[in-house]
Amino acid sequence: MTAAPSGVDIAGLPVFPAPRDLRFPLDPAPAYADWRRQEGLRKAAWNGFPVWVVSRYEDITTAMTHPAVSADTRGWLQGEADAPIFPRMDDPEHARLRRMLTKDFTVRRVDAMRPDIERMANDFIDQMIGSGQSADLVRAYALPIPSLVISLLLGVPYDDAEFFQQKTSVMLSRTAEDAEQQDARKQLFGYLYQLVGRKTKEPQDDLISRLITEHLATGDLTAEAVVMNSYILLNAGHETTANMIALGTLALLRHPREAARLRDTDDPAVIAKFVEELLRYLTIVHSLVVRVAKEDVVIGGQLVRAGEGLAMNLPAGNRDAAWTTEPDRFDTDRDVRGHLAFGHGVHQCLGQVLARAELRIALPTLLRRLPGLRLAVPVEELRFREDMSIYGVHELPVAW
Amino acid sequence: MKVTVDAVKCVAAGQCVVVAPEVFDQREEDGVVVLLTESPAPALHEATREAALVCPAAAITLSENRTAPLESR
Repeated sequence: MTAAPSGVDIAGLPVFPAPRDLRFPLDPAPAYADWRRQEGLRKAAWNGFPVWVVSRYEDITTAMTHPAVSADTRGWLQGEADAPIFPRMDDPEHARLRRMLTKDFTVRRVDAMRPDIERMANDFIDQMIGSGQSADLVRAYALPIPSLVISLLLGVPYDDAEFFQQKTSVMLSRTAEDAEQQDARKQLFGYLYQLVGRKTKEPQDDLISRLITEHLATGDLTAEAVVMNSYILLNAGHETTANMIALGTLALLRHPREAARLRDTDDPAVIAKFVEELLRYLTIVHSLVVRVAKEDVVIGGQLVRAGEGLAMNLPAGNRDAAWTTEPDRFDTDRDVRGHLAFGHGVHQCLGQVLARAELRIALPTLLRRLPGLRLAVPVEELRFREDMSIYGVHELPVAW
Repeated sequence: MKVTVDAVKCVAAGQCVVVAPEVFDQREEDGVVVLLTESPAPALHEATREAALVCPAAAITLSENRTAPLESR
């Protein structure tokens, strides 16, 4: 997605995200314990760029709210889109654009969607049961639920979801060839421009139509900005939640006593605590959140020069013993308020209310409907998404 | 306790509504915070403090009136 700048030396730097020990696929890279302990910040190579990796909880919250640290990385990361996209902007422009997108993600709107999400979850489980006694949970359940939800919100025909998912996974891959990524990008954005064209002629009751009638028509936004920001919502709306459902299911299968507790409760507060601890424990956004210093600034005892990049090591921050005790233990009684799984500060996930609702429905529903749920292959055979910006499993073969 | 909100800083994450729905709401059109009461009842103080704490934009400010005779904490 981005090209390494010429003349920048990253030789000898460790790579961020660091490799995991796949005997413990639900844990972050072992190297992060040292990165948290060392003085200052760790210099590493991220997508070919040198960055200061911020790994301590407190340093991450400091960096993400520091006025000298900017989310607008467009001048730093060559090859990034030029169109303004809300995760890559600073206030007040960021807030202005973000508010064009938040209407559908309020607590009230998400509450109203709960029956629909419950029905979807049950429908997909019916289909799984109807087609046999085993399935890839990613394709059969984890991906379709959030994909259908966000497609409905945005007004993207769900029939096109597979095309969209396939192109997006190429774009988000950290190992795909540049040419392949460029091609996926071109096809995807071509599709979205066409969609914007169709909705301009026939607006409907959906987010993209509203962006067109309320902001494109008035000149607030360019067509490119509508396309880019729709893409981000569509993408963030299914990749993240889908991987949390699949990896969360795996985590529960590996903690059967906890899974039984979740299956047998109908207390929303207990379900909510399970989901928050899963969010913390798994922290699937393992390499996506970067910032740039606008001026010289000291973060975590490290002088960061103006123009240098910072990468937020959210999995390491959420496993910081200075913030929570016994951080490597999966503990659903833990007080995890303030965890970093949705980020921190003004860029904190716009869709977090929706994501939580989907997880609070999808995980217990699955356990209740399929009480015999188990892995259909040895865990060693699972392919983990080390090569992707969002962590998870590529497939999760299960039986019931 | 007196509550003020900064609607300019608010990023509409909705966390205050989740924690203290009796004190905070969201605007229909963009999810920006709406303050339902400036002086929440003592039973709501803890939730209100938590809302201020979890607000990603630090858009909620509390001033605790320490001399108020009816204040329970």
